[in-house]
Amino acid sequence: MSDKIPVTVLTGYLGAGKTTLLNRILTEQHGKRYAVIVNEFGEIGIDNELVVGADEEVFEMNNGCICCTVRGDLIRIIEGLMRRKGQFDAIIVETTGLADPAPVAQTFFVDADVAERARLDAVVTVADAKWLSERLKDAPEAKNQIAFADVILLNKVDLVDEAALADVEGRIRAINPSATIHRTQNCAIPIADVLDRKAFDLDRIMEVEPEFLEPGHHHHHDDEIDSFSFRAGEVNPDKFMPWISELTQTEGPNILRCKGIVAFPKEPKRFVFQGVHMILDGDLQRDWKPDEKRESRVVFIGRDLNERAIRDGFMACAA
Amino acid sequence: MSGTLTSIADQVRPLAAGAEVVGIAWLGEAPCFALADGTILRAPEGGETRAPAHPAGAILTAVSDAKRLVTAGDDGRVVETLPDGTSRVLAETGGAWVDALALHPDGAIGYAAGRRVTARDAKGRTRTFEAPSSARGLSFAPKGYRLAIAHYGGATLWFPNLEPKPDLLDWKGSHLDVVWSPDGRFVVTSMQENSLHGWRLQPDRGHMRMSGYTAKPRSLSWSFGGAWLATSGADAAIVWPFGSKEGPMGKAPRECGVRHARVTRVGFHPHVNVLAVGYEDGCVLLVRFDDGAELLARRPDEDKNPVTALAWDKAGGRLAFGCQDGAAGILTIA
Repeated sequence: MSDKIPVTVLTGYLGAGKTTLLNRILTEQHGKRYAVIVNEFGEIGIDNELVVGADEEVFEMNNGCICCTVRGDLIRIIEGLMRRKGQFDAIIVETTGLADPAPVAQTFFVDADVAERARLDAVVTVADAKWLSERLKDAPEAKNQIAFADVILLNKVDLVDEAALADVEGRIRAINPSATIHRTQNCAIPIADVLDRKAFDLDRIMEVEPEFLEPGHHHHHDDEIDSFSFRAGEVNPDKFMPWISELTQTEGPNILRCKGIVAFPKEPKRFVFQGVHMILDGDLQRDWKPDEKRESRVVFIGRDLNERAIRDGFMACAA
Repeated sequence: MSGTLTSIADQVRPLAAGAEVVGIAWLGEAPCFALADGTILRAPEGGETRAPAHPAGAILTAVSDAKRLVTAGDDGRVVETLPDGTSRVLAETGGAWVDALALHPDGAIGYAAGRRVTARDAKGRTRTFEAPSSARGLSFAPKGYRLAIAHYGGATLWFPNLEPKPDLLDWKGSHLDVVWSPDGRFVVTSMQENSLHGWRLQPDRGHMRMSGYTAKPRSLSWSFGGAWLATSGADAAIVWPFGSKEGPMGKAPRECGVRHARVTRVGFHPHVNVLAVGYEDGCVLLVRFDDGAELLARRPDEDKNPVTALAWDKAGGRLAFGCQDGAAGILTIA
């Protein structure tokens, strides 16, 4: 995993400030070199030979998996970028404001050659503090981008008051309880808070507000996106693995994202997984710390999900 | 590999190419290595020279017809290198990556940058075609001035200098590399879905599905008579019989050089049925096709660097190979 190039997917609805963030990343002195795959070629005012234009070609995989789409141009470009291996530390993929993040994210799990060389580090979504609430009503793309995010930059916070900010954060939490939210102005944020997170933001799952974990305690309810998080103690891998695999196979089209940190009995390491639709990727990562509570937490974000069935299924995996 | 495998690895002249070998061409007596760092390394016996064919770029793809080596890069340039070592820029896209190339026997070239495909005939006249999605592979028909273009949803056959509408050979999925059989009867593509797809152009436009690979079969090589198509993408070279009019349908392919490592490159000898097979761990075997006898040309290396290019010289007496980490070598067959 260590020598795989980390990839950050940058999403955000039109005008939220994606390009501002990208320009910051490319101009600030941080000692890192990034290859950037952009779509609106020319918007970036930076002359950098490692800025590459892409076409956002979404391909269906002819593999019997109905929701399995990938970005064909991304596979081609990453193959080409690998010819310059050693000349950059990380890859940033910018998507258009109207793009669905799923095919981009799935590309890093579905294509074996890409998965061998690169790992999806995080989906970072830039959101406009003033307009996000409106966009969540009329733009399904904006909602998907929030649902998919590991990190959300709530940008342009200078344009709204504290009450409005709290409201929009509540709406974000209703869609995505586990993303890390940063309030920013002009996307001013330390680059390390956004890039090469190494699943750090997954730890947020452990901090999801306890009341959120209890059924029926949603602060905000989103009409379209269901998101819920469950907590258990240790779970039995012989029950959990078939359950999560079966669930993502049958409910995959409705699951936008799922992720979790899981404790298996007698296993010193944390099992960490994440999924996009029907695709699931997980492995044993760092050790549980001595002062860490050995708990299992999972988060599901999707449409038309049966919360009770998923909760019961998860709880039945208890060790 | 069996324990009794005969090694001819001591007949290899090792070479430090220094960067990933993207392609190899034999120009006269000189093996020329197109390297990812943009340089062309000429390595005739007794002397090596390096030329910066793409000074600011990485070479993405390379093709050769023994008269010249043509390279294309992420600098948007298409560059021709001749046997005397001189080179010239044939085309420049203004920065758009050129990552597909084809050469025509009469001197024409085809190249693609994203969806835009350009055919440049021997007189230098250019025509362009917008593919429905990024053009991934190009191949000229053995006869006539006709270019096959692989893309998402199939392959398009295009006569650059004629009016008729380009002809779409459709098949669901993403098509990567494309080759034309030496007799012009078959067009075969490699696919994202770890398979090959073929179209029988005569007499019936029949489809041919060749699957079962564990990886994308990105290296395709015809035997000297065109009766066999060798492919990478499995733990053996998979060789399909194309000797009959029907093509390989209903027939089992041959498996050559079975090992516990994936084949990354294949190259048929120009005059006899011997196949050079390069693996993901750096191993190179020569397999005599008729009886499966194997010779070891290069041992697997410790760092497990894949073989990325193979090329026989015109007479078939020497085989040049190169790897991802820049290791390379020239085997002389005694």
